[in-house]
Amino acid sequence: MDAWHFTEMPYPYLPPQDSYTSDRVNMPNSVCDPKIAADLYNRYLDEHMLADDLGLNMMLNEHHQTPTCLDTAAPLAAAILARQTSKGRICILGNPIANRSNPIRIAEEMAMIDCISRGRLDCGFVRGVPYEVFGANSNPTQTLERLWEGIELVQLAWTSHDGPLNFEGRFWHRRAINIWPRPYQQPHPPIWITGSSDKANIRKVAREGYTFAMFLQPHEKVREMFDAFREASPDDNPNANLAYMPLVFTGDSEEEAAKGAEALTWYIKSKSEPQFRNPPGYVPVSFNVNALKGTYSGRTDAVRRQGLDYLKEQGVVIAGTPDQVIAQIRRFHELVGGFRHLLMMQQAGFLDHAATTKSMTLFAKEVYPAIRDLGATQSEAA
Amino acid sequence: MARTKSKPAKRKPAKSATKKVVKTAARKVAAKSGNGKAPAPVKKTASFVTLFGMKIEVERRGKGRPIVVIPGEEGLEADMPFLDELARKNEVIIPWMPGFGRSERPEWVASMDDVSYIFLDLLDALKLKDVTLVGFSLGGWIAAEMAIKNTTRIKKLVLVDAYGIKVGGKRDRDIADVWYLPAEKVLNLKYVDTRHGVFDYPSMPDSKLEIVARQRETTARLCWEPYMHHPSLLRRLHRIGVPTLVIWGEKDGIVTTDYGRAYAKAIPGARFVSIPNAAHFPQVEAPDRFMKELTRFAR
Amino acid sequence: MDAWHFTEMPYPHLPDNSTIPGIRVNLPNKHLDPKVAADLYNRYLDEHLLADELGLNCMLNEHHQTATCLDVAAPLSAAILARQTRNARICILGNPIANRANPIRIAEEMAMIDCISRGRLDCGFVRGVPYEVFGANSNPTMTLERLWEGIELVQLAWTSHDGPVNFEGRFWHKRTINIWPRPYQQPHPPIWITGSSDKENIKKTARHGFTFAMFLQPHEKVKEMFDAFRESSPDENPNLKLAYMPLVYTADTEAEAEEGAKQLSWYLHAKTEAQFRNPPGYVPVSFNVNALKGKYSGRTDAVRSQGMDYLREQGVLIYGTPDQVVQQIERLQNLLGGFRHLLMMQQAGFLSHERTVRSMTLFAKEVYPRVKHLGIDVPERKVA
Repeated sequence: MDAWHFTEMPYPYLPPQDSYTSDRVNMPNSVCDPKIAADLYNRYLDEHMLADDLGLNMMLNEHHQTPTCLDTAAPLAAAILARQTSKGRICILGNPIANRSNPIRIAEEMAMIDCISRGRLDCGFVRGVPYEVFGANSNPTQTLERLWEGIELVQLAWTSHDGPLNFEGRFWHRRAINIWPRPYQQPHPPIWITGSSDKANIRKVAREGYTFAMFLQPHEKVREMFDAFREASPDDNPNANLAYMPLVFTGDSEEEAAKGAEALTWYIKSKSEPQFRNPPGYVPVSFNVNALKGTYSGRTDAVRRQGLDYLKEQGVVIAGTPDQVIAQIRRFHELVGGFRHLLMMQQAGFLDHAATTKSMTLFAKEVYPAIRDLGATQSEAA
Repeated sequence: MARTKSKPAKRKPAKSATKKVVKTAARKVAAKSGNGKAPAPVKKTASFVTLFGMKIEVERRGKGRPIVVIPGEEGLEADMPFLDELARKNEVIIPWMPGFGRSERPEWVASMDDVSYIFLDLLDALKLKDVTLVGFSLGGWIAAEMAIKNTTRIKKLVLVDAYGIKVGGKRDRDIADVWYLPAEKVLNLKYVDTRHGVFDYPSMPDSKLEIVARQRETTARLCWEPYMHHPSLLRRLHRIGVPTLVIWGEKDGIVTTDYGRAYAKAIPGARFVSIPNAAHFPQVEAPDRFMKELTRFAR
Repeated sequence: MDAWHFTEMPYPHLPDNSTIPGIRVNLPNKHLDPKVAADLYNRYLDEHLLADELGLNCMLNEHHQTATCLDVAAPLSAAILARQTRNARICILGNPIANRANPIRIAEEMAMIDCISRGRLDCGFVRGVPYEVFGANSNPTMTLERLWEGIELVQLAWTSHDGPVNFEGRFWHKRTINIWPRPYQQPHPPIWITGSSDKENIKKTARHGFTFAMFLQPHEKVKEMFDAFRESSPDENPNLKLAYMPLVYTADTEAEAEEGAKQLSWYLHAKTEAQFRNPPGYVPVSFNVNALKGKYSGRTDAVRSQGMDYLREQGVLIYGTPDQVVQQIERLQNLLGGFRHLLMMQQAGFLSHERTVRSMTLFAKEVYPRVKHLGIDVPERKVA
């Protein structure tokens, strides 16, 4: 099992929740004090460097127009970590390629980071969560089509070495593709894709040999999607290409762990207006039929409203003393049929530097060694 | 009300506000006609015409001079009582653009420009002459795009709270952002009495809801950027050489009467009418006044 | 005078010039060894860290599909320097906004870097040199229009704090602009623009209060453009917003200096096919009339084909012992009428790490203290 440290790099100092309707898209940036932002950026990056020291890998993501995530350009943070760390792998999960205007630039950025890091980059591509279309002003319909054409174009750029090539696709035209530098890893950095419910998409991810990641979902759902991936994967051990992210807090005592876990759940309590969660055409017509019937209110709503015990039972939150954390990870691993990559949101909301680093260190020293063997081979239960 | 594939005989009646409004309007109409009874509904037929290799659904009702009605992005016009009234003395033809109704939507249909050519072909295919072309909201944009290109079969043009042009500067929002704003707010911009805009979706059959969801998706697909307009359309409106009536709800908050007036001003000889006590749907909120203006013009 | 260290971060290990069509756009990337590239990136970044320690500032730029510049995404290196340096200002000169697809993303990247650096970012915008349009597949006509609309959009994003605003421009539509984070500096990082011959553009730069930079041009030309800037600037001291870049090499002896200077001038001899230097519509019709008549072969050709003495005389190349470098800088300041920012390409081509470090250190310790006072006095205004 590979463990990855993650934080969305939040700016948690917001007005009272009942005074606003959305923290995403339209929270005015007058709320952002740049001095505090500067401190937070540097702190979160320091925590990633600690992760590297502790033998963990590092995961980053990117969001726009939201205090839930200051990392508005993941390639920048990845470049910093590429330069400042030396052991861990660095995963951007992911480049919102369906909302970015130029996949060639993404290919170039990734190649540059891969070189600076000497081949430690894992490169994720995401469709982008629904509310992202507003900041990018990208068309909410056809995000899946843009995702796949974008990936095709990036791979073409990464693997073409004999001079300029042409690509006149549906969404992008590039007539002279010949990126400098080329990636460090051959043929290119490993590709990761995220998803939550589109099985056809998941199967495509499996067939392409990419790693598939899910976040903060109940274990039954994760099992279902992981099984779909495993069925479609041509690999001997598909579990090596599976990743899951819970919120993770490791404490000296149960009380400490409960406090830390509670702090982490800030992330799932964030507020957004319904039209930001389901812009037209983002999900298929059948989903929207259910929305009109009132049986669907945007993705992940079910998870949001639950308490800590439920979240722990579901595997969305993993928290406790080191022994308890080990047990919870093993349990979850078994429930979902095995997976290699444990992506851990170990910082969120107001969880401060001291608490975060303590949790990270406890995890690295007392939990990680005991779970390394998981996910390395095909699970019996699969 | 439900647009099902089967013949209209067996349908669950929609228990919706719309239904109530429909009944009320029908009663008003009946009262006017003096016999105290709601008139019998007009017979509707639906068929498919193949254009550019795709099936386009066309509804027709009534007999007489052709009035082609292009619905707005919510597709509500087909169920509105004023259409039945129009159909008593005219033939009302409602084409459903790609992605609307049961019309197919091939990948290459990417803009309102594409749609306007498809509908011009439709007029040819149906061999229509002396058409009064009436476009509502998004349908108004399509109608304008058609009229700037070719009015051979079009005798008169009516635009009702139409989208399609840019009048302000780059910082201005000429058309309210119906996707960014909360649903409540959009409702208040579209209606003086928001009850008109509340629909009982859970009571509708899935087939109808699929159409609703698909129409929303299609609108986003074709109109996301530039938002609900073509940057060059205002500059082209002078090409429209047929008598034009521009009707607007005075309280329209999606596109204001200033916008409407600018639209009318750019079309040679066009007349602008602002209807009080109505917002984006004067044909719903002030049907009598609306019909008076429309029938007088279309005569 | 502010002194800025710069390298374009070249990958110089290429086949013989005669065997390749050119270095830019169409040199296949199979000629790049990623391990060598990795070493080069880290070396060039180390040199920037040294610049910071030496009291110099750091300048970066960005080019695509070319062995002359590995810094294919300047925001990435700027982020690294923002994190790793302490005092230096960091100037991206510049973001090729006319060839990038989304100015809002640029605004976000710059705001993030400005925060990480705690307000040490200078943000340049460029139209992009002609050959860049091929990699970006951006239309070569209208690059100036895109540049200015892009800048307008970025400034709007940087300075809007009360919730989403709308912008439906000629080239970009963004309906809910509300970037997070906002920039550290208020109202935003200083803006720089580069240019070489378009006086209208230069005057516009001056009126907007932006800093204007020129690179590697004969001093008469530079003086002419700097004067145009001064005439249009509303500032008391326009020289504070002027920047010039020569190649700079400082050595212990004249012989060593000449060696180093020769290596620096690798940069000027980079080969590019003719059609990449002048795509249709990049320059005005009048220029292209001359091109058809055979009198214009793309910009900066005149400079390329000259020898080192000429380049030194013209102020394109500054090299020598510390005394000589001091003297050349003083001369250049006089010739140009004074300018605050000395941008120094102190590394290019095969110039090794050791030589680069030595040159930078000599400059910082034995040249800079003696020229720091230059270029910042209020210039004498010409009486109209």
